[in-house]
Parts: sequence; C-alpha cells; structure tokens
Amino acid sequence: MARMKFLCDAERCIECNGCVTACKQEHEVPWGVNRRRVVTLNDGLPGEKSISVACMHCSDAPCMAVCPVDCFYKTSEGVVLHDKDLCIGCGYCFYACPFGAPQFPQDGAFGLRGKMDKCTFCAGGPEADNSAAEFKKYGRNRLAEGKLPACAEMCSTKALLGGDSDVIADIYRNRVLKRGKGAEVWGWGTAYGKPEKSAAPPAGAKS
Amino acid sequence: MNRILIAVLAGGCAMVLAGCGEQQSVTVYKQGQYQGKPDTQPWNNAEFKNDRAGWENKIKARTESQNEYVRAGN
Repeated sequence: MARMKFLCDAERCIECNGCVTACKQEHEVPWGVNRRRVVTLNDGLPGEKSISVACMHCSDAPCMAVCPVDCFYKTSEGVVLHDKDLCIGCGYCFYACPFGAPQFPQDGAFGLRGKMDKCTFCAGGPEADNSAAEFKKYGRNRLAEGKLPACAEMCSTKALLGGDSDVIADIYRNRVLKRGKGAEVWGWGTAYGKPEKSAAPPAGAKS
Repeated sequence: MNRILIAVLAGGCAMVLAGCGEQQSVTVYKQGQYQGKPDTQPWNNAEFKNDRAGWENKIKARTESQNEYVRAGN
C-alpha cells in the first residue's frame, strides 16, 4: 500500500459542509475546535470556488519539524499523528502549518491553549485501537476498522477524496479527462510536493 | 538520653535534607525523534487479527468506491 492522502476537487465542492459535520459528529469534537473546515474563495461572486481543508498529512510535515517536544509521529501509511500526553500546547505547529490544521481547545489567560487537536485521518492515536482512552483524546479510529475518513466517505459530490494516493490520483485523473478542465489540485503541491520524510533525522544531522 | 536526642535529631535532619535532593523529573529528549507512546498498526487488532492483506483489500475497495465512474450505469 502506498500512502494516505486527501484530495479536494474545487470544481465539485458545493460548500455543503457535510465533511465538517461528519468529522464533528464522528469524533465528538468539542465546540471551538474545527478539525476540518470549508474555505470559499471569491464568495458570492460568479465562479466562486470552495475547498475542504484539514490536516493534509504532509510528506515533509512542518509541524513535526518545529515541535519542541517531538510529540508527532508518522504511521507506515503516511498519516501524521501526535501524542497528546506529550503536547505542551505551545502552538508552534499552528504557526508552521500551511493549512491551519492544528486546533487548540482553550482560549484563556496567559496564552493557555490546551493540548493541540487536529485531523487524525480517522486513525486515532497511540492509545489502544478503539479504546475509550483513544476515543476521548483523538476520536474514532476508523482506519483500524478498515474504513476511510468519515469526511471523504460522507462527501455527497465526491469532491473530497481520501485514501491510497495512487487510487485517488487515478480517480481524479480520470475525472479531469472526462470533464476536460479543473486539473489543478489546491494544496497538493504544498502538502506532498516534497519527498517523504520520517520523524527521525539522518544520522549526524543537526536538529 | 543524649544519645537518643542525637539519634532523633540526626534522623530528623536526614528526613528534612532528603527533601532538598534533586531528582530527574523531566523526560530526557532525543531531539528529532518521536518521544511518545508507540502505536500499533491498523490491522493489528481484534477485528483484523494481524491480517495486513485483508485490511489493505478492505481499504482499497473503500477507496475505489469513491470513483462514481465505475458504478453501475456508467
């Protein structure tokens, strides 16, 4: 199996927010935390375009690079996850992320943010699969149930595709050939343009 | 009497000073390496019983089902 990726087709997204709702419902995400959201460009004007944005599980994830406590890890399927027990809520990942994916549950005095929360590609976290602890901290682990992320599976127009990158790229290529336009995929180059990088730096490299 | 007093005082001093000892209370980080708990593979659970091929087939079928061009009628 190749790696897991998200792909959003701006030609198809109708800004229904079904993906946002599916994510909220699936993981019981608290008020104020939006793991996924729909962004519309030129809203209200002819030719407006919408895309669904969440953590893209980048090939060379900047959040992993800047985390001072190294709480991020990447699974063998390329999903970027983190250990909330280690997170100190510094917010560096939020500043580094080009997609604004990291979310913080609190907004209190002295910059108190709470532990970072983000899209897990419905793959949970380091707790035991589908345990109560995992659900409480990271939400449901659909990947361990043999299912894809709820947002992609729920998408009514199939604008949001999620899963094995080879397969979703084929689906999209076929789609573009049939309709003859809309070949550009927003965020794809930013997220997956760099070569795959694991959490561990090469030996002798400076941190 | 003096010996008992000295012993009590010495014991008391030892207990009080023990509080001044410095113990390692911070995780020793290896920079650039994941420091958290290890995770298991998604097929390594009660549902898939370590059957990687079975899990991959299920995920592949789900992924391909997102292509409406291959559905019936197209």
